[in-house]
Amino acid sequence: MPADPFTLADLTRILLEAAGAEEGVDLDGDVLDTEFTALGYESLALLETGSRIERTYGIALDDDLLTDALTPRALIGVVNDLLTVSRTV
Amino acid sequence: MSARRVVITGLEVLAPGGVGAKNFWSLLSEGRTATRGITFFDPTPFRSRVAAEIDFDPYEHGLTPQEVRRMDRAAQFAVVAARGAVADSGIEFAGLDPYRTGVTIGSAVGATMGLDEEYRVVSDGGRLALVDHAYAAPHLYDHLVPSSFAAEVAWAVGAEGPATVVSTGCTSGIDSVGYAAELIREGAADIMVAGSSDAPISPITMACFDAIKATTPRHDDPARASRPFDGTRNGFVLGEGAAVFVLEELDSARRRGAHIYAEIAGYATRSNAYHMTGLRPDGAEMAEAIRVALDEARLPGEAVDYINAHGSGTKQNDRHETAAFKRVLGAHAYRTPVSSIKSMVGHSLGAIGSIEIAASVLAMEYDVVPPTANLHSPDPECDLDYVPREARDQLTDTVLTVGSGFGGFQSAMVLTEPERKQV
Amino acid sequence: MSTATVVVTGLGVAAPTGLGAREHWAATLGSRSGIGRLTRFDPSGYPAKLAGEITGFTAEEHLPGRLVPQTDRMTRLALAAADWALADASVRPDELASFDMGVVTASASGGFEFGQNELRKLWSQGSQYVSAYQSFAWFYAVNSGQISIRNGMKGPSGVVVSEQAGGLDAVAQARRQIRKGTRLVVSGGVDASLCPWGWVAQLAGGRLSTSEDPARAYLPFDRDACGHVPGEGGAILILEAAESARERGAHSYGEIAGYGATFDPKPGSSRPPGLRKAVELALADAGAQPADVDVVFADAAGVPDLDRAEAAALSQVFGPHGVPVSVPKTMTGRLYSGAAPLDLATALLALRDGIVPAAVNVKLCPEYGIDLVVDRPRRLGLRTALVLARGYGGFNSAVVLRAPAPH
Repeated sequence: MPADPFTLADLTRILLEAAGAEEGVDLDGDVLDTEFTALGYESLALLETGSRIERTYGIALDDDLLTDALTPRALIGVVNDLLTVSRTV
Repeated sequence: MSARRVVITGLEVLAPGGVGAKNFWSLLSEGRTATRGITFFDPTPFRSRVAAEIDFDPYEHGLTPQEVRRMDRAAQFAVVAARGAVADSGIEFAGLDPYRTGVTIGSAVGATMGLDEEYRVVSDGGRLALVDHAYAAPHLYDHLVPSSFAAEVAWAVGAEGPATVVSTGCTSGIDSVGYAAELIREGAADIMVAGSSDAPISPITMACFDAIKATTPRHDDPARASRPFDGTRNGFVLGEGAAVFVLEELDSARRRGAHIYAEIAGYATRSNAYHMTGLRPDGAEMAEAIRVALDEARLPGEAVDYINAHGSGTKQNDRHETAAFKRVLGAHAYRTPVSSIKSMVGHSLGAIGSIEIAASVLAMEYDVVPPTANLHSPDPECDLDYVPREARDQLTDTVLTVGSGFGGFQSAMVLTEPERKQV
Repeated sequence: MSTATVVVTGLGVAAPTGLGAREHWAATLGSRSGIGRLTRFDPSGYPAKLAGEITGFTAEEHLPGRLVPQTDRMTRLALAAADWALADASVRPDELASFDMGVVTASASGGFEFGQNELRKLWSQGSQYVSAYQSFAWFYAVNSGQISIRNGMKGPSGVVVSEQAGGLDAVAQARRQIRKGTRLVVSGGVDASLCPWGWVAQLAGGRLSTSEDPARAYLPFDRDACGHVPGEGGAILILEAAESARERGAHSYGEIAGYGATFDPKPGSSRPPGLRKAVELALADAGAQPADVDVVFADAAGVPDLDRAEAAALSQVFGPHGVPVSVPKTMTGRLYSGAAPLDLATALLALRDGIVPAAVNVKLCPEYGIDLVVDRPRRLGLRTALVLARGYGGFNSAVVLRAPAPH
């Protein structure tokens, strides 16, 4: 179990591996509150990203989550909540 | 020159619930389901563990040990269905000019089952990156390139005209028959043995649909797992099967006194140019395919007596096609029974389009509209008449059947009675 | 059924002989072969070690970053080739009505390398490691789907699989759709399964050459023919109704004038193979006589029995040594669904420049009785070309091309 909380840098890295980057989008910029769709990621890209997060961190994301977590901040929050739970139980 | 008209004069179906058109129609008309917990392999590691499997013994259906050895399960289905369709048509193929008989077989995923099994062997369970050819089965090449399906069928029926596999994902089954009809219409063939086959129930297929959460995780209730148009639906149930038809030109069918099941009056395919797996909610491209197919059939939307829907049981699909039907048929969409046989036989990818053509043709034959099983409380956004749970007696002359597939393909076919029962 | 003239207005080539039609044509006329020892994986443990590889293609240079993780190599090549073909035709898809453009491609083995990687993950790591893109990245329809999405093409699309013959079947289906009213169809085929899993499957077919000498490995119509070298790539063509192409002032490479397809009788039958009949059908469809054909681009299996059968069909239709025969695929290897579209592109360039490419390395076996163009390209007045393709299992297809009418 990784000790560090899940950060934007972790998410960005996984997003790039899973789905590449849309032209004209700078993932190193201020994207925390930009919706994934505006960053060029649709459901399929998010499913691939979600499944890589699940495998890497040993957590299970809710089926509906990836449609609800519309921004990187929201997704990072959910992942960290799950990591906290899995560390405390 | 008047256009050549194309009719179906023979058919055979291999679908979950029982091999043969008779078993298939009993299942549909009784509203029974053939979905169950997967038995082909241990489904425990998978998110979705249900499928619509066929209990199929190739030897019972006349395949020889050599044929069984060299053919993937989907190729076996295709050959058995083709032989059945030819027998049903009553045509003596031996007396025909073989160059005037062709074959089209649709398949979305080809010999997936064979490839999955063989990969496991040559890679020693995934251990070897450089896989070992010494363990490869001699027929592996026929799995690599699924045109072998068309070759096997052509050999089985003695066809030497145009032959191909049509592979447009989940619309393959409509597109294959549409392609064949066009060959007869343009005069490239007089008879086409056309249909489709897929046998995708293998670990790699389950895994790939798990990854996009497209298949239902409802493994606690497998018989009621496929719920198109229902508010509780949560994905499709993978199926397998084949349906093959004998297509011929109307006048020659009449001359030989053939039983004519239906005329292929119109067909069209369009693409959404949007997404490999996603659909826009407006259904515009499927609507366009339907419009063009009706146009080719020279029929107004009001002529449609029954719509055999794609009805896969994903939220996206059910809303997409509901929108498409309304877009083309307007108020008539609300008066037209719409049903999804995937509620009973699952979704057999490239095969299902032909299986649904068979269901449409049999609905015309028996004047019975098959139901949508497991439909109790429709999604409020799906507000048409989806024929819940029980088949309905209804004079059925004109059927619209549609399909929608990965890659963005949207296809529609209009089937009619050449001699209309209604006046 | 309309018989409107359908012309080719754009070529996009991705082949071992070059990226882009210009590079490919220059290499082809210069007899520069793209066949060599496999570099994409170590072939030393396999009986066959040579392939026609495409070198110098970096997907990221040609495609948006979002497309790269979800595509197999053959799809990346096809998307790039489609871009080049559209540019060559001076077509900007966003300027045409979306329902007026379709995509009909051929495939043989789909995105096999992508599939291999996912099968490996499935069996070595577990089902949850399989990619969300696996559901379409490997399947046969993927190139048509991706080309249609990238270019906003909503018209009739399709995919055919008839092994090597499929490339011509796709173009015929594209012509059919144009004759039914679609203005433009992107067609052709690109294949690439030069990965260990694809290699093993191809070895099982029993037709791969095991020679390790690039100059001796693929020798169709040679006494020393010993199978073929497989390659990767193909070509994407832009087909349009001649009338609408003319209206927009487009350049035409030539007309898809005729097509015929047959299937061989079951092995062991006393009936003859179907290639001759396919040729006759294509000629009749084109309204052409055998004497009208100036050059034939042969299927050239490189397997003695199949070479003999093809030579016999040519002699029966055209008479012994009756027509020049070109086999530029001696420089690329056999490209499966990509082979015939590449031959169509090459044949159209030959019609344009009045020059027939030479087969490399081949010493013609005189018993075949054909006029094979070897050693150096041959200058000829060319109006009509015939392209042949046969698919494993017995598929035979033929297309007649006609040069554009002189102004």
